[in-house]
This record gives sequence, C-alpha cells and structure tokens, in this order.
Amino acid sequence: MSSLESLPGYDASAPLLSVSDLHVRFGRAQVVNGVDYAVDGGRTLAVLGESGSGKSVTARAIMGLVRPPRGTVTAGSVKLRGVDLLTLPEESRRRLRATTIAMVFQDALSALNPVLSVGYQIAELFRAHRGLSRKEAHKRAVEVLDLVRIPAAARRARDYPHQFSGGMRQRVGIGLAIALNPQVIIADEPTTALDVTVQAQIIRLLREIQREHGTALVLITHDMGLVADVADRVAVMYAGRVVEQGGAAEVYAGPAHPYTEALLGAIPRPELRGRRLAVIPGAPPDLTGPDGGCRFRPRCGYGVEACEQAPPALAVGPGRLAACHEWKRVATP
Amino acid sequence: MASSTLVSASAEPRHGLWRELLRRPAFAVSSAVALVICAMAAVPQLFAGWFGAGDPRRCALVDSGLPPAPGHPFGFDIQGCDLYSNVVYGARSSVLIALLVTAGMMLIAVVLGGLAGYFRGWADALISRVMDVFFGFPSLVGMIVILQAASTHNELTVSAVLILFGWPALARVMRGSVLAVATSEYVAAARGVGSGTSRILLRHVLPNSFGPVAVLTGLNIGGVIASESALTFLGVGLQTPAISWGVQLNTAQQYFLTAPHLLIFPSIFLTVTVFSFVLLGDALRDAFDPRLR
Amino acid sequence: MGRYAVHRLLMAVPVLLGTTFIIYLAVYALPGDPIQALAGPNRILSPSVEQALRERFHLDDPLVVQYGLYLKGLLSGDLGTSFTGRPVSEVIAGSWPVTFQLGVTAWLFMAVLGVLLGTVAGLQRGKLADAAVLGGTTVIMGVPFFVVAYVAQIVVGVDLGWLPVSGTEAGWPLAYILPGMVLALYSLPQVARLTRTSVLDNLSADHVDTATAKGLARRAVVLRHILRNSLIPVVSLLGVSLGYLLSGTVLIEGIFNLPGLGYQIFTAIPQHDGPVVVGVGTLLVLVFLLVNLLVDLLYGILDPRIRLG
Repeated sequence: MSSLESLPGYDASAPLLSVSDLHVRFGRAQVVNGVDYAVDGGRTLAVLGESGSGKSVTARAIMGLVRPPRGTVTAGSVKLRGVDLLTLPEESRRRLRATTIAMVFQDALSALNPVLSVGYQIAELFRAHRGLSRKEAHKRAVEVLDLVRIPAAARRARDYPHQFSGGMRQRVGIGLAIALNPQVIIADEPTTALDVTVQAQIIRLLREIQREHGTALVLITHDMGLVADVADRVAVMYAGRVVEQGGAAEVYAGPAHPYTEALLGAIPRPELRGRRLAVIPGAPPDLTGPDGGCRFRPRCGYGVEACEQAPPALAVGPGRLAACHEWKRVATP
Repeated sequence: MASSTLVSASAEPRHGLWRELLRRPAFAVSSAVALVICAMAAVPQLFAGWFGAGDPRRCALVDSGLPPAPGHPFGFDIQGCDLYSNVVYGARSSVLIALLVTAGMMLIAVVLGGLAGYFRGWADALISRVMDVFFGFPSLVGMIVILQAASTHNELTVSAVLILFGWPALARVMRGSVLAVATSEYVAAARGVGSGTSRILLRHVLPNSFGPVAVLTGLNIGGVIASESALTFLGVGLQTPAISWGVQLNTAQQYFLTAPHLLIFPSIFLTVTVFSFVLLGDALRDAFDPRLR
Repeated sequence: MGRYAVHRLLMAVPVLLGTTFIIYLAVYALPGDPIQALAGPNRILSPSVEQALRERFHLDDPLVVQYGLYLKGLLSGDLGTSFTGRPVSEVIAGSWPVTFQLGVTAWLFMAVLGVLLGTVAGLQRGKLADAAVLGGTTVIMGVPFFVVAYVAQIVVGVDLGWLPVSGTEAGWPLAYILPGMVLALYSLPQVARLTRTSVLDNLSADHVDTATAKGLARRAVVLRHILRNSLIPVVSLLGVSLGYLLSGTVLIEGIFNLPGLGYQIFTAIPQHDGPVVVGVGTLLVLVFLLVNLLVDLLYGILDPRIRLG
C-alpha cells in the first residue's frame, strides 16, 4: 500500500534496506563514522555493539529522527529498494514512516505519550496514513492490540501507558510498529528493559510477525545470546563503524575481528568456573577528536604498524566483511 | 520558582564555578552594583557628601519640594531635606532587612527542611503540610494583615514577617535536596561504619544538600528588598521618621504630578538595587545548573 | 477521580483551619494590645469602648474559645466591624465586583500572553524570539512591581493618554485594561518561563520521537504531543499565581484608584482601620485557598497519571 514504487530510484531487485557509508555528527563528536549494512525481506539482521557504539543513532538516522541542532547526517545514503531516504523531500519521507519502515523503541514507558490512551495512539496511525474516521481507526486499533496479544483489547484500548506492565507496554510499542504492515521493522533494544521470561515472549512475537508478513527485521542489541538465537546476519559495531559483518553462526564460530573475538571471549562459561572473568582492557574511545587510524587500537592485542591507517572493510569470506588488517591472524584458531 | 534541576547540582565540583561566573557579563556588572549598594548601606557618609550637602536630616521647610539644584542633584523632599543624601541613607534599611531576612529564612529552612527530609515520618508530614499551605500564598496580603495588628513597626518586625512568609519556599527545596542526599550511597556507607546521626547530618548531609538552597536564597534577595519596600510603601512597614526608600515612595505618591523627582530618584535606586540582585541570583543559578554548561 | 477528589477535599480542611488559626493568632493573640494596635496610634479609645470591644472579641477568654467563636463568626459571615461603623461584610459586598473584573482581566492577559510567549520562545529556542522573551521576562522580574505600575500609569495614561488611569467610570473593559495588564505583569514572567521550559522538555521527549517515527504531520506532533503535555504544569502554575494576583490587587487598585477589595485595604491602612484590613485580608486568603483546591482538582482531570495512578 505504500507509494515506494513511485519514488525516484526504485529498484525491485535492490536490498530492502541498505545503509551505505553513513556518517552522523553530534556536536563535535563523529558518532557514526561510515556504517554499511543491509537486510532483506524475511531476514533478521542483528546490530551488535556496546553503549556508545553508534548503533542506536544509526537506527534513528534511518528513521529520520536525527535533526539539527542535536545532530546532523553528514554523508551516506539510506536506501529502501534503491530509493534514497536522505534525499527525499520531508513529506515523502513522512509518508513512508510506519507504512513502509517502522521502529520499536527501547523504553515503551517514555516512548508513549503519557496523557493519551493507548488506543488513541495506535488509531492515530490509521487516521494519519489511511484517512480512516475516528471510529474506524479505533476499531482497527483494537484489532492491533489483539494481534499483539493484549488480553481484553477493547477495554484496554482506553487505558493509559502507565497502567500497563512493562511487557504489555512493549507489546503496545510493537503494535504501533506493525499496525500498517511495514516492510522493515527496526527494533532498538526491544527487550533490554524487560526481564528474561518476558523477553522470550516479545522475541517470539516479532518472529511470528516476520514469518507471516515477510518483514525485514533489524534488531539492535548488546545481548550476544539474543543474537545467537534470533539473527540470520550480524553486524558488529564499535566506535561508530561496523567492524565485522556476516552470517551470525559463522561469525560466532570464527570471528575475524579482534573486538568480536574479545566479546565472545568475555562471555562467562560454566567450564571456566573458578577462573577470573575475561574483560576487554581499556575504555571506548572519545569520538570528538579526529583519528585516522583504527579506533580499537588501544585495546587490541593484534596491533601492528598498519593499524595507524583505518582498515577498510575487507572481504574475509563469502558474505563476510571485517575491518582489520590482521584478520587472518584473528581467524586462525 | 524553585527548579527541580537544582537538586542534582549539589554533586558537582566547585572549582569550575568561579570560571563560569566570571564568564558571564551579567555577573560582573550586577555584583559590582550590588557591592556599591552594600557599601552605601555600610558607610553612607562616604557617598552622601559627594555633592556638598551630606546630612539627610538638615532640612529647611522653605526648600520643600524643590527640584534639583546645584549641590542638591536630586532636589529636596517635602520636609525640605536634601533628597540625594536621604536616598543614599535609604540603602541602609533595605540592605539591613535583606540581610536579617536572608539569614533568618535560611536558618529556619535548613533546619526544618533538613529534619523533614532526613527523618521523614510525622515530622515530615507536619512540616510538609505547613509548607503546602504557604505554596503560592498571597504573602503580601498575609503580611499586611499581620503587620497591621503589630504595635511596633521597625526593621525587626518587618523582617520577622518577611521570614515568616519566606521560609517555606526555601524549606521545600532543602527538603527535596536532603531527600536525594539521604538515599545516596555515601550516607548509607557512613551509617554502615557506625557514624552517629548528628555526625552524619553535619558532615555528610548538610554540606551536600546546601547548594540549591544557597542559590535560591541568592535569587530571593532582590525579592526581599522589593517586598519590604512594597510593605513600607503601603504603610505597614517602616514608618517616618525612618529613612528608607519605601517611606520616600510612600510620601512621594501624593505629589507625583507636581514634584515627580520625589518619586523618580528613589524609584531608580530601588529598581537598580533589586534588578542587580536579581541578575546576580540568576547568574549564580545558571552557573550552578549542570544542564547549561 | 473520585478518590483523588475526596483526598484533596479532606486535605483542604486542615489547611483552611490552620490558616485561619495563624491569622487569628497573629492578629489577636500576640503580645501587645490588639485593640489599641488595630485602632492605631492616633485613635484614643475611652476605657468603656475598649472594654466593650474586649468583650466583643472575647479577648479575656481562653485562646481556644476565642478562636472557636471567631470561626463561628467567620462561617456566619461576620467579619468584624470597621471603625467607621459599617460591617466589614457590607464593605466587601460593595467592592468585590471591581476586584473580580480586575482579577479576570489580569488573569486572562497573564494566561494568554504568558502561554503564547512561552510557547513561541520554546519552539524557537536559541533564536531572536526566544532571547527577547527571556530578556523581557528578566527585566520585568527585576523591577519592583509598584514602580512598574507608576511608570505604566505615567507613560501610557498621562503622557500618551491612551487609556484611563484612574477610577472605573469608563467601565469594563476600558478602565481595566491598563491596571489588568500591569497586574498580569506580576506573574506573567513566571508563566512564560515555565511554559518555555515545559515546551523544551517535551520537545526532546522520547514520545515526540515516536510520534515523528509514526509519520505524523509536524503540526499534529506539535499540537497533540508537545503542547498538550507542556500545558499540564502550566495549569498548576496558573492556579498558584492567583495568590500573586490577589497580593497585587492591593497595590494596583490603590495606584489606579479602582474601588475594589484591594483598595479597601489600601485606604484602610493609613486610616488605621484594623478590622477592615484583617477582615478583607482574611477573605482574600480564603478565596485563594479555595481556588487552589479547584485547580488541584482540574489538574487531576488533565493528567491521567494523577487520577488513575
């Protein structure tokens, strides 16, 4: 139902979502420094990284939520089937939001307007994009609440966000994203604020939706276990760059970047009981200063002279990329 | 209006504060003016004699209400006294009352607000209820009512009334500040090593929660001066023959068409004083606010 | 909503009692002779008159009894008798319409202008409009109120002759515009600043991002998601600022010669007509407390987190 096909640049054979060389600056800090990743219909791409890696900012830039004076997109492209969102006029871009590409936010309590009922906030989507009347939109909103398995949907549509439990609220947030059946859903740490059992339910819900509608899912997270369970492909981010990318299973089995290797090594395992936990020494870099070299240098065990020059994303296998000069050494066990 | 962001400011280090303050021109100008006014209050003799006739009480009825003349830059008041020296001497009561009121308000607010915030329970319930009553209270009306029934009208009674209506706003901020500090880890740690309550209060809670109250008090000084002059202007504050801007304005209002200088000069001094203290308070508050750095 | 309303009403009772008690204490029970003090230094009361007054005010009875009788009097509308002989309640009946008109005019100016200026400043943060509003409010807050009143009177009324400066012959709204605007200035800076802060807070709120991510038009986002949320704390402030308005009427009605409740206080002071000052003052305080209660209830209606929380 979206007008994507009619927009300039449309190419049915291009990947559903493709981010190229994206740069975002917040004040003096270059928080996203050349990010590339892509995802297709029915697949899940996990974007893995610690706080400050730029994974959330990238997602917001995709949705068009990064605006002066807080931040600026300084370079790159974000393409939906070949249509570059960053060059579209704002009105066209607005029409694509929620209809073609939608976002699930991390904290549903602050993401939902506290003084409007949940049903109203979902109905807004139908009124704004499908031109439905208040009554019609409200009916559809109740259907959406049903879809995300909120019990007694009709009654609860009149309730306010603070009256729901954390897990239920997150379902409402998901409801907002899926209401108009978008082709791409970006979920920014959708389960971080929830406890483990609820996490599983939420993830299951997302996967069902994906199966039923062939939606592309971009899952932003710092939870490595989640990535292992759910992702087809993974993009590991550090200091505003994608340092490794590839099929999730392959990357986990044999990382090609020192950072990925260190992350995997730091996961506590029962067989290592009694030994000190492995940590990555040092701290994430300050992104306000310019740095032409590899950002992971100060914490890396494989550093060589060549690392003074930032490594480009090198092909280290079919469909696999790693931004490290020494990847061969990393990948060999 | 007390701002909730002030509560978090107490944890910030103070070495950046001077730099922040000096950066702002508003601070430099307003503090200079405020210092001059305080100097005028402390040693009025120094300023009053600049133009010749330095004695505010040397009056000649024949000069009553005359406009500015050589040696008398502000002219004469209704009694025939030199207006300029009267205005200069008028600074004294305003500053004196401002000091008394500030000290009194802070003391009561720190004690009551601190008790309410630290001990909670019925003390908190009682004190909070009292504070609630005063929230947004039409203080001027209340002060008028009380002062009307007072038998003496001097600096002490006026200050007492201003303190009575002023402490709740400060206590509210103190209480919030203490609440935040009391639940912090270092207080729990102090309790954990067996420190007694008074020690905890004096060495840990008080220094760390005091900041926002100090800033708010600074912001208030201008308002205190303005309130006192309003009360005196209405007739329930200081009375003649006390020398104060409020008294001067009170007398001047009947003559403002015929002898406007009687109104203009004390007004200017009052305005400049209040304004500079308000700016000073604003600059202090902005320098303390972590959000604006 | 019912539970919240009942709770607020119950809380209001001790507040009303406490306030009237404090007023009573301050006026009648402090050391010194309240009768003489109320009469002022220029009025000499003969012993028989003084004794009669003492009996009337029950000053020889225990404090609690005095207060109880005073309360009873209040509830039955007896606010004392002016030294000119008129019952204070009569004075009030004659002058409250003027104060009411003045108060409404001032409140309208304050609410409309304050919210408008604050919203514009918030939405235009960092630009000229914002700086102008911030600067303007600082200046107004720094200048003593009655100086503003005089300047306004002289400049607008006398020099420019645009609006009447004295009395109510011109009727509503003309006679009330200038005094109303000046009175509004008492609290307008706070309203504008609070609105501005509230708008700024909401501009960067997460739910605004969500609304944008939903593809809603900018206008819908601003009106429904930013402004509506921003106005909630402002409503609370508008109620609180009534207190300032009431205080200001004493000065404004005096300076602009409008014969309302504040004017009664203004003129009664130099005449040392104590009962009028105390009686009318008490009434104003009670009005303030009642309106505050109403505002609290209104707040509960606007913010579902409070009434359903």
